[in-house]
Amino acid sequence: MKLSEIVKVLEATLFVGEDRLDKEFLAGGASDLMSDILAKRADECVFLTGLTTVQTIRTASVSGVGAVVIVRGKIPPDEVIRMAREEEIPLLSTPYSMFVSCGRLHGQGMTGLNGTR
Amino acid sequence: MSAFRKTFQINKKDFIHAGEASVAVKNLLKSLHIDPKLIRRVAICGYEGEMNVVMHGGEGFLTFEIDSEKVVLNISDDGPGIADISLAMKKGYSTAADEYRQMGFGAGMGLPNMKENSDQFDIESEKGKGTRIRMVFLISKGG
Repeated sequence: MKLSEIVKVLEATLFVGEDRLDKEFLAGGASDLMSDILAKRADECVFLTGLTTVQTIRTASVSGVGAVVIVRGKIPPDEVIRMAREEEIPLLSTPYSMFVSCGRLHGQGMTGLNGTR
Repeated sequence: MSAFRKTFQINKKDFIHAGEASVAVKNLLKSLHIDPKLIRRVAICGYEGEMNVVMHGGEGFLTFEIDSEKVVLNISDDGPGIADISLAMKKGYSTAADEYRQMGFGAGMGLPNMKENSDQFDIESEKGKGTRIRMVFLISKGG
């Protein structure tokens, strides 16, 4: 899926990544536990989380995550948006819950981090 | 490549800045055109180590070294130390405070993840005497 399609399917607000709307994503992972993402092969994935701390972006940065989706309509603080911009990581916020967000992306063909459907 | 070494300070309970050293190391390795998979392993190990110092340790340091064969991370702190290292190495074992768990850390995954992602992992700790971890990443091995 292209980032632009993810924005559409999740009815998301795009905070960072206007210049990467054509970027393609194949896999996604969802967790409020940063350790889970750090322990998996999450590079180039979409990372869905309800946490909006700066550590969400640092976790994404060191793991090579391709885009971060904040679920449940949370708005990331300014410093988190700033860090995502510095790290060149697309950052979105969707009004949908974690469950529904994952379902919407899965329904469009996206796989889990290890490639399973 | 001639050897290069840089030390970063890690401050006790400084959750906001935790991870800055690892992101700096990641960007440095990127500028040296190191294999992205190796960079990812180094950055994850550094980051887990920094979070451990912030959550459990006292004041600490992360030292990064690179030469033509390897990247080495040394992470040390003067915190309370680990009473039982073999227990601390088990996935899921954690003594982290609730405040860190609420922020997505302290799930008992850090040390095992560091061991898995490094090519050589050594840990030394004693109750009351802090913790020292040395991790080696072989450039030839890449990801």
